[in-house]
Amino acid sequence: MQLYLPIAELSVNAFALLGLGGIVGILSGMFGVGGGFIITPLLFFMGIPPAVAVATGANLVVASSVSGVLAQLKRKAVDFRMGLVLLVGGLIGSALGIWVFAWLTTLGQIDLFVQLSYVLFLGLIGAMMLKESLGALLRSRKPNAPIRRAHVHYAVHKLPLKMKFRASGLYISVIPPMLAGASVGFLSAIMGVGGGFIMVPAMIYLLGMPTKVVVGTSLFQIIFVTAFTTVMHAVASQTVDMVLALLLIIGGVLGAQIGSRIGVMLRAEQLRVLLALMVLAVCLRIALGLLLTPSEVYSIALGAP
Amino acid sequence: MIRALALLLLLASPVAAQDDPSGETIVAGLSQNLVAITTNFSGSEILIYGAVRREAPIPDTAPLEVVVTVQGPSGPLVVRRKERRFGIWMNTDAVTISRAPSFYAIASSAPLEEALSETENLRHQITIPRAIRAVGIAAEAEDSPLFLDALIRLRREEGDYALSESSVKLLESTLFRADIALPANLTEGDYKVRLFITRDGAVIDSHEEIIKVNKDGLERWIHNLAHEQPLIYGLLSLVLAIAAGWGASALFGLIRR
Repeated sequence: MQLYLPIAELSVNAFALLGLGGIVGILSGMFGVGGGFIITPLLFFMGIPPAVAVATGANLVVASSVSGVLAQLKRKAVDFRMGLVLLVGGLIGSALGIWVFAWLTTLGQIDLFVQLSYVLFLGLIGAMMLKESLGALLRSRKPNAPIRRAHVHYAVHKLPLKMKFRASGLYISVIPPMLAGASVGFLSAIMGVGGGFIMVPAMIYLLGMPTKVVVGTSLFQIIFVTAFTTVMHAVASQTVDMVLALLLIIGGVLGAQIGSRIGVMLRAEQLRVLLALMVLAVCLRIALGLLLTPSEVYSIALGAP
Repeated sequence: MIRALALLLLLASPVAAQDDPSGETIVAGLSQNLVAITTNFSGSEILIYGAVRREAPIPDTAPLEVVVTVQGPSGPLVVRRKERRFGIWMNTDAVTISRAPSFYAIASSAPLEEALSETENLRHQITIPRAIRAVGIAAEAEDSPLFLDALIRLRREEGDYALSESSVKLLESTLFRADIALPANLTEGDYKVRLFITRDGAVIDSHEEIIKVNKDGLERWIHNLAHEQPLIYGLLSLVLAIAAGWGASALFGLIRR
């Protein structure tokens, strides 16, 4: 069934969009990522104008995150206090990122910059996660192997402004989570994603939060950052397509519920191996796009420069 | 004074008709003057029909031909080219086209080379390269014509630009009809339909019609809201997203119980 999108101004297959939303929803529920880093490139491939894809993607991530966080709330897996600290940092970083985005657009190399950031961050995080989670998986197979200490005290633990995060079982300075939130907010504004795929590993490896609360807390923070982004895109450039968003959302919210059920069935280490492999696959796909000779070297952009 | 003006008008009026002793003119109509883009819009077909009216018998010199063009709203655009730098492909050169139509279809009753001379094409801007205004592009890149070719090639592949020679049906050099397909990704605006009748490559008469392409119903409402009340639109999108997320969660909770 073909459907005409009022803002994107083109006609697309409604079922393809529902399916796309569903896949992203499943990922969102399983891993606590918003799925923006998958949906945005996929919408590009469907021929949706990049500006509309980025803005509408943010709107979709709001819906799938709300659905996901409700499922996590029932399992008491959301650290609200940590979420709020991350959020404050996130909004500051996002505002800064939007300013840099506008500046790079005037320079005319924003596409390349976005793709390079994708390759760099996805590659780095994917490789780190794969190494760590494979190690953990192997250790859990050999019960005699020495167990790693749950708490390693780095220099970050000596910083001032300490705060108790009961749900995470942490007593650390608010500076590292604030900084983590800000850098993720910055990247998410530039890359047009919620930033869960960066936030989740940052929480595990940088802040030392238990995996149990990471997914819920990440989703909680993502809701607000993407809501902020959606409204700002709608006001600044009128690029949020409600019909496109609604179709993706319907697929997405159903997928998120299925995804969080699958997530419960899998063990944390297996979940992390899967997420790492997926992050690496997306990284490889974008890297190939930059390295291989394109079939068409010309492209059309509407409007005067 | 008035008489002088009238004389001037008389002299200036149908120059083309003077070339043609039979005084052939076009009478034409469209199957529709309005295309409404609704939610399930998936393209449309426009029928352009008409007849040639003449005061004298059909001249037996060269055969009469019909050329039809449909042109969508125009605007500026940038054509970019990728090149390999430091091992990766990136946009390097760019050429700005000052005006290019978002849609352009041309149909004729004979191959264009026979139906239209180059001077007439220049004067009326009929073929696809002529319909694109690309002034001063030579200064932007060494091989700027390649960018123009790429623009036309890309748009033809997308179906936005179409050339169908010998597709206009012409009966007894008098009655004609042309079918033009409008694609699903139409831009809103006024679409200009032009009809030309030619003999020996020279335009005898031309005729213009306008097709209005408008969004309708829900599409129109959403589009207007997004542009006139962007903050309310943005917040509404959020409410929709949150409601859908919460609704799905509640629904699944009920099903599980």
